[in-house]
Amino acid sequence: MRFVFDGREHIAEPGDTLAAALLRNGVRIVATSLYAGRPRGVFGIGAEEPNAYVHVDSGGGETMLRATQVEVYDGLRARSLAGKGDLGTEPDTARYDKTHAHCDVLVVGAGPAGLAAALAAGASGARVILADEQPALGGGLLGARALLDGAPAADWLAAAAARLAAMPEVRVLPRTTVTGYHDHNYLTAVERRADCLADPPPHMARQRLWHIRARQVVLAAGAHERPIAFADNDRPGVMLAGAAASYAWRHGVLPGRRAVVFGAHDGALVAARDLADAGVEVAALADVRDGSVVVGTEADADGVLTAALIAPLGADGRPAGAPERVGCDLLAVSGGWDPAVHLCSQSGGRLAWSDEVAAFVPATSAQQERSVGAARGTFDLAAALAEGSDAGAQAAEATGFQGSGAELPTVESVPMDRQSPADERPFGAGRALAGRPPAAFFCVEPADEAAAGRVFVDLQRDATLRDLRRAVGAGMTSSEHVKRYTTIGTAADQGRTSGVLAVGLLANVLGRSMTDVGTTTYRPPYTPMSFALLAGRDRGRLADPERITALHAWHEARGAPFEDVGQWKRPWYFPQPGETGQPQDTMEQAVLRECRAAREDVAAMDASTLGKIELQGADVGEFLDRIYTGVFSALKVGRCKYGVMCAADGMVLDDGTVSRLSEGRWLMTTTTGNAGVVLDWLEEWLQTEWPSLDVRCTSVTEQWATVALVGPRSREVLAGLAPDLDVSNESFRFMDFREAEVAGLPARVFRISFSGELAYEINTPSWYGLALWQAVMAAGVTPYGTETMHVLRAEKGFVIVGQETDGTVTPQDLGMGWAVSKKKPDFVGKRSHQRADTARAGRKQLVGLLPDDARTVLAEGAQLVTGPPPTPPTPTHGHVTSSYRSAALERPFALAMVIDGAARHGETLYAVDGDQVTPVTVVEPVRYDKEGARRDG
Amino acid sequence: MLRIDCPWCGPRDETEFRYGGQADVFYPEDPSSLDDAAWAEYVFVRGNPKGWFAERWVHVAGCRRWFNTERHTVTYEFREAAP
Amino acid sequence: MSERSERTVRRSDETPEHPDFLWRDPEPRRHYDVVIVGAGGHGLATAYYLAKNHGITDVAVLERGWLAGGNMARNTTIIRSNYLWDESAAIYEHALKLWEGLEDDLGYPIRFSQRGVLNLAHNLGDVREGRRRVNANRLNGVDAEWLTPDEVKKVCPILNTSPDVRYPVLGATFQPRAGIAKHDYVAWGFARGAYQRGVDLIQNCEVHGFRRDGERVVGVETSRGFIGAGAVALSAAGHTSVLAEQLGFRLPLQSHPLQALVSELLEQVLDTVVMSNSVHVYVSQAHKGELVLGAGIDAYNGYGQRGSFHVIEQQMAAAVELFPIFSRAHVLRTWGGIVDVSPDASPIIGRAPVDGVYVNCGWGTGGFKATPGVGWVYADTIAHGRPHPLAEPFALERFVTGALIDEHGAAAVAH
Repeated sequence: MRFVFDGREHIAEPGDTLAAALLRNGVRIVATSLYAGRPRGVFGIGAEEPNAYVHVDSGGGETMLRATQVEVYDGLRARSLAGKGDLGTEPDTARYDKTHAHCDVLVVGAGPAGLAAALAAGASGARVILADEQPALGGGLLGARALLDGAPAADWLAAAAARLAAMPEVRVLPRTTVTGYHDHNYLTAVERRADCLADPPPHMARQRLWHIRARQVVLAAGAHERPIAFADNDRPGVMLAGAAASYAWRHGVLPGRRAVVFGAHDGALVAARDLADAGVEVAALADVRDGSVVVGTEADADGVLTAALIAPLGADGRPAGAPERVGCDLLAVSGGWDPAVHLCSQSGGRLAWSDEVAAFVPATSAQQERSVGAARGTFDLAAALAEGSDAGAQAAEATGFQGSGAELPTVESVPMDRQSPADERPFGAGRALAGRPPAAFFCVEPADEAAAGRVFVDLQRDATLRDLRRAVGAGMTSSEHVKRYTTIGTAADQGRTSGVLAVGLLANVLGRSMTDVGTTTYRPPYTPMSFALLAGRDRGRLADPERITALHAWHEARGAPFEDVGQWKRPWYFPQPGETGQPQDTMEQAVLRECRAAREDVAAMDASTLGKIELQGADVGEFLDRIYTGVFSALKVGRCKYGVMCAADGMVLDDGTVSRLSEGRWLMTTTTGNAGVVLDWLEEWLQTEWPSLDVRCTSVTEQWATVALVGPRSREVLAGLAPDLDVSNESFRFMDFREAEVAGLPARVFRISFSGELAYEINTPSWYGLALWQAVMAAGVTPYGTETMHVLRAEKGFVIVGQETDGTVTPQDLGMGWAVSKKKPDFVGKRSHQRADTARAGRKQLVGLLPDDARTVLAEGAQLVTGPPPTPPTPTHGHVTSSYRSAALERPFALAMVIDGAARHGETLYAVDGDQVTPVTVVEPVRYDKEGARRDG
Repeated sequence: MLRIDCPWCGPRDETEFRYGGQADVFYPEDPSSLDDAAWAEYVFVRGNPKGWFAERWVHVAGCRRWFNTERHTVTYEFREAAP
Repeated sequence: MSERSERTVRRSDETPEHPDFLWRDPEPRRHYDVVIVGAGGHGLATAYYLAKNHGITDVAVLERGWLAGGNMARNTTIIRSNYLWDESAAIYEHALKLWEGLEDDLGYPIRFSQRGVLNLAHNLGDVREGRRRVNANRLNGVDAEWLTPDEVKKVCPILNTSPDVRYPVLGATFQPRAGIAKHDYVAWGFARGAYQRGVDLIQNCEVHGFRRDGERVVGVETSRGFIGAGAVALSAAGHTSVLAEQLGFRLPLQSHPLQALVSELLEQVLDTVVMSNSVHVYVSQAHKGELVLGAGIDAYNGYGQRGSFHVIEQQMAAAVELFPIFSRAHVLRTWGGIVDVSPDASPIIGRAPVDGVYVNCGWGTGGFKATPGVGWVYADTIAHGRPHPLAEPFALERFVTGALIDEHGAAAVAH
């Protein structure tokens, strides 16, 4: 396989990660550090990697990926990053999917403990999901040298995989990182799919986000290797010891030829032996427990490691005596293993320091989870297998299955006391290498303050021991403060190699225990997740559902621009040929024409988006009396009535009409945007306060298409469409409701007007909506959109909830005291109208405005002041809520909410919009047909 | 994503529900008999404990029914509402 | 190798270092003239201005955890004063003016960056309300402009202003003097300033209750013993209801989780703050290069400092919709704060129903931006035992009279 890194082509072997391939090709420097500008090499082998961050250009591209976790495919192109990602200039257009799953037992991590858990849980018949971030199952067993059942670990892994594959209720998800452990055993996981393939099939999503609700969780995520800090510990060539050995035994890549191994626990010795057995010359072994430490390094002109400086440790814990220089190109460091407690901590579990394993381990459990194996500090292979098996069986039992544990292999370790064939010196003949407790050792004291500035605690942040000491000197005593002062642990590696180190250093400096200092909080996600993945398919048109009416296609075909009202698409206006110019000019011409048609001829609007709620039951009238400010119980069958409803605070919530269809059957309309809110509101009162009322309600908004037929000729058009309907003013009165056949379609016709003109709202089942509309249009009716509807209603001084109102306006403020019953003992909001501020005179009230120049269309949102020029701070007297050019008035006009407005008709105010100041006269809000002569045609 | 037990539909994801705040805040028998302070208490003041909280949810994307339950506002655990 | 060594390496983060000395942890004394409960930004700023403006230095700030470790450490650091109502604009603009001199005043590099904030409009109702707010702001002396989509694009080139998206950008309000600051630096600047003037900052000191003598408070019971107090000033954000209950009164507050998140460090792409109420996201790029994003609150009451994951997913969808190139960014860390929300989305500042007790709460999602302003006003209120003029409209009594200061913004457009 060929791949390109930083412009140079290299060869990789199957199974290589980018980090392994770079080591294979002798690439020592893989990054430049962000702040100090120092060269850095591959440091780890997995999610803990702090240095080797890359931008992958091939396959759609992704930034800030850990080279240790990027699988190489043929044709991969990548480049190094200096700790900062590159978003590029073009969006990622790849597809990201989301999926949901439920299971009895989720096992996180397919190392030995996780596999044993999955086998045990799976054998019980429970539904199991086993997720592991690597492409192959095995975790720490991959490349391990132990013999299982007398055979290489790979054989047992293959057999375990086969057994799991044969269990129908077990789902194995490789390349899947469990990233979050949320409340109620809800976990998220990222599955990498197309992004690790050279030539993925076109249907395949790049990544998939899993949402898993698990009844039980087994956390077997393994452990991360912790370094030890010392001066110049950031040279390319300094690497985690276990990682170095794994590159050798798993990938067949030697990360160096001559190594110094520096450690504080048996794991470092195992790594030294494994490196030696792989053919690396182990030149020296510095074990803290033997009083030997690395105090510094030397490098060549490029900054790459050439030697380690080893010195004995004095009784005071500081290096003592002259250091010995040992030439090497690999310095393998291991301070211990930190169990991957992230998910346990995210789930609410507490952590505690264990002296036995010299690490933080899970201490308490808050949800239905258990940690096993290295994730709880059990590093012995046989013990981890047994723990996993027990946990898998227990988890299955907790979900009602009969678990019996997995059949476990015998484990035969590579003898620990074997001499190195490569070099006897560091190991010593016949010396027992294993079995000693680990040392909790974090940092080798540097020679001086300058050197402390080169003891890197957080490699990615270039944060050093000196920074940490400054923080403590400044008065910082909590690990959270130190993190924030120094930035240690805040980089893209999420502090995997620096977090516990910093706690250890802080505990040392402050003389407090590890548990007392404690870690900073582990927060989701476990590894970074791309924005595009989290967005999934909720992008573009799918960002939010579009609601369209039954007539939508007709509007589209007629070239109507649409207005977004909530999720609805509503036709805004219907431009005609000849109406040209800038969009706003086209709109003005169209709207003036549409308005004239409605006032002088006949016009129609698609009003289907109005909320429609049907109410049934014996007590609907009583219920409506409580909900609306007006009286509805007296409404007769076949009649309609306008109503306003208030929230408990007395402010206008919504308005609309109610029609009584039959004795126990009522139809309420709501504003388009509030339909859902109002239904929720009605149901809340019915269920939680007045369950004894016999009322049921349901939304019928989408069952009906509604055509508003408006204008002096509307009666004539309706008569033509509904020959059987008596449309005379005497028998079909204003605010009457009739069922009729219109254009041969079943319909409900309401004589309701939101324009002041003679008008009808014709409802037909949505299925027939388009047919009705076409029949209306065929009668020579002018279609109009929401803008014309707004102008017509504003000319009449009719308000729109959400435009004239903003949650601070009462019906009285709108001059609609007539809609508020004085007789009813109570309705929702009534008591609030009596409060001091709500009842006072001089509140903001609805008025009309006429620009003095009779030309300027005021900006909606303009503020009103008493005199120009406004020099701040100038108190506002109100604001413009609606403003239009009126065909009927042959001038612009506006509605506004003005302090004490009802008493100020005739007064001059100044409308301020940006730098534009326009004198206006306050007038009463009804500008057209004040007598109401037109509504009967 | 909390998992909420609807008493009628069973356990469902949180996104099917709407939150209703404190349970058992009843509309006053006679609002006109309350002084402004008492009325303000009804309109604006709700319990906000740190710990167990008797609260309401409504299953808007399911049966649309309101119900009371108890939830711990720190651990977010649910338990059956006291009768 | 040659290619690498030729690449210019520069220190891209110019963030200055913290001072060598900040404060020391004292043992609590037996009595203070003023005990402030809560060492967040507001509590620390209040202590600072009590000392600086009023010479009141016998002050303790009690913190149950680590100093400024609550919402102050968790917010998205947006600072602006473009609120609708005169009362709100006055207090937030007072704060913004203080922000403009705060770095010098505190002698601390708080990195207040006046990079401007855009509030996007996505429907005609948003446009109307945006213009209304801009014009109100200008009358109040708050810098504000209304921008067309083309002008928005000039301010923020990476924003998707195409008309072919689900909710196109129809315009935006723009406040050039708005911006961001580094939250920890701000908190520590106030803490150091207060400490230097003799204020005791007492961490790991949880308040369990209050002692009263008749109608008057005389001190607080804490995990570190009883501490006497001439006056007690609550400044505990999401935990205020709990304290009020201990004092025997109730407040119109609900505590909700508010989540936020950061990306990894990224090359600079965004040099202004962008907020969208309709599409539900707000974002800035912090000084070091990480994207900082927030969204709406979680619906339920919660003190857990965490919220629900679907809220994050919706927020990311919104972010990618507005900023297509964000698709390649990664969520590095998510967290939650506890915001105390009042019925009118405005704060409550002033005297409490118990003598000697003051409340400052209900800031909801907007507390950080007010930090110096509210510290100033609250300190004045405590020092004189009466509300500062800017605090007067925010008294608790407004819920009784109905004189609310409703900053929810307009309801959805109807019809």
